[in-house]
Amino acid sequence: MRKTGPGALFGTRGWSGVIAALVLICAVAPLLNLGVPKESIFHMSDFSVSLIGKIMCYAIVALAMDLIWGYTGILSLGHGLFFALGGYAFGMYLMRSIGLDGVYKSPLPDFMVFLDWKAYPWYWSFTDHFWYSLMLVVLVPGLLAFVFGYFAFRSRIKGVYFSIITQAMTFAFMLLFFRNDTGFGGNNGFTDFKRILDHPIFTPQMRMTLFVLSGLALVGTLLLGRWIVTSKLGRVLTAIRDAESRVMFSGYDPLWYKLFIWTLSAVLCGIAGALYVPQVGIINPGEMSPANSIEIAIWVAVGGRGTLVGAILGAFIVNGARSWFTVAFPEYWLFFLGAIFIAVTLFLPNGVVGLISQLRAQWRDRQGAKAA
Amino acid sequence: MTPIVEDEDQGTSGPAAVGGGRVVTEALDVTHGPILYLDDITVSFDGFKALNNLTLTVEAGELRCIIGPNGAGKTTMMDVITGKTRPDSGTAFFGQTIDLLRMTEPQIAHAGIGRKFQKPTVFEQHTVFENLELAMKTDKRVRASLRARLDSAQGDLIAATLEQIKLADAPDRAAGLLSHGQKQWLEIGMLLMQEPRLLLLDEPVAGMTDAETERTAELFNSLAGKHTLVVVEHDMDFVGAIARTVTVLHEGSVLAEGAMDAVQNDERVIEVYLGR
Repeated sequence: MRKTGPGALFGTRGWSGVIAALVLICAVAPLLNLGVPKESIFHMSDFSVSLIGKIMCYAIVALAMDLIWGYTGILSLGHGLFFALGGYAFGMYLMRSIGLDGVYKSPLPDFMVFLDWKAYPWYWSFTDHFWYSLMLVVLVPGLLAFVFGYFAFRSRIKGVYFSIITQAMTFAFMLLFFRNDTGFGGNNGFTDFKRILDHPIFTPQMRMTLFVLSGLALVGTLLLGRWIVTSKLGRVLTAIRDAESRVMFSGYDPLWYKLFIWTLSAVLCGIAGALYVPQVGIINPGEMSPANSIEIAIWVAVGGRGTLVGAILGAFIVNGARSWFTVAFPEYWLFFLGAIFIAVTLFLPNGVVGLISQLRAQWRDRQGAKAA
Repeated sequence: MTPIVEDEDQGTSGPAAVGGGRVVTEALDVTHGPILYLDDITVSFDGFKALNNLTLTVEAGELRCIIGPNGAGKTTMMDVITGKTRPDSGTAFFGQTIDLLRMTEPQIAHAGIGRKFQKPTVFEQHTVFENLELAMKTDKRVRASLRARLDSAQGDLIAATLEQIKLADAPDRAAGLLSHGQKQWLEIGMLLMQEPRLLLLDEPVAGMTDAETERTAELFNSLAGKHTLVVVEHDMDFVGAIARTVTVLHEGSVLAEGAMDAVQNDERVIEVYLGR
């Protein structure tokens, strides 16, 4: 009989790749950064560690975007919001753990002292507990996405209308968070973090710990994503993308499928944001700007939609290019980003992954022609 | 696309609405004969009455053909039955007890009504096999889909359907690569996988070759009795080959109904439809 269940998560090559990535992240990188002396050419610089750690967080967001856009056909231009909310949720804990070491030596964060507030607002309750703030990292983006998605999908808002509404949503939240009265530090956001779980935050060991955690989260997200898209659920999602009315008349309610993948996608972004903030040491409402969310879509488009691996690749290519470009030609970066997007849309509709498989197919054809 | 506003809160009301996609347990009651009642249905779009006091009854096991000139309301009628369009007035019942006007599209599909669209609508990126797998009658809620595995009985069912729709040699072909006629057959196969009691087929032989059309007529004839079929079609030869009873729609209501010969000789029908 033919296949009777979900396909295998990966082939042999795929699993080798996953294992190689795990070895690189958990053993090779820590060894090269912490074990090898700085003079050696094999030393991995702190700069590289924090850059790659950051990009791995972006790659998680790109995977989340691929699930909702590449596989389900729903283009969200508000995923930066969920990323930022996850960051803020963990940032609250980081602010609380500064303790009395702030500029004003007060138990309140500096920005609250500055506003002449005497106590924490109610929504800061319990944020000094590490596990509670981790719960918020998942719950806040998840709940917002669930409620927003429920009403949007129930009203059958689709396509460009949905994209525009998500864009408006992240913009509205950005304006809200810019206000000092909102209680999240206004346009400065949160910064000057000192420690996590009583360990100082800016040490090589902590940097490497966060790097490894981000890497594990990225691999975990990839495995979760593969599990979903190779299941029947994944096939239903793709079916919704291609012919939603047929899905409905086949007896599936697209609402719950969309809501599931949309909420999951938001939660993954939240987790990525929480890993990102301690690595860069700051979170502010700029992360919620509409342009940030659009850029997430560009990463996925560059790498190749509906492939998962493409999303990771796209996040690394675009952000790697950015880190080089903004040093070499700082004023031209946005032009370059725009040019990449146009070039990919025109010449590589299936992204880099599509190009690679096309080249491989051509090469195979040529080998076949030679053999014949 | 017009958003459809449900008049009741589908998320919280009653077991039938929870986690859309479950197998509906309410039994179809056809003890009195008819499987489908449409009574006094009116649908208007900006003043234009697409359906005008339409009343129509289909008996269980029947193969009914519906004909009518363009704009007669044939597709709108299917939209009403499958929950895509809500009528302004009237009632629509499936069997004795199931009120179609209170259900969503997926619920109606679970209750046992399958629909083929005018333009063949299959999942083009999926293989033929996967198309049938997705259509198969089963628990269609999110969690069930995440854990779904085909058992051997289900595999056999898909294999049998592949035979029936003459696609047994192409289970792994992407549905988008099929010919137009093959797509029509695949869509019919997907309906059969749903194990519906009532099949609504909108122009099922459009774009088929003569041989394919003939085979389709055979297939439909073999399905009648076990299933109830309502076929909307323009191809008169095809209608002649399968029809027991023909209903003629005109301007949103029933103009004539009866055997093919009787309908073809009806003065009013000749006037509006068969051309003069």
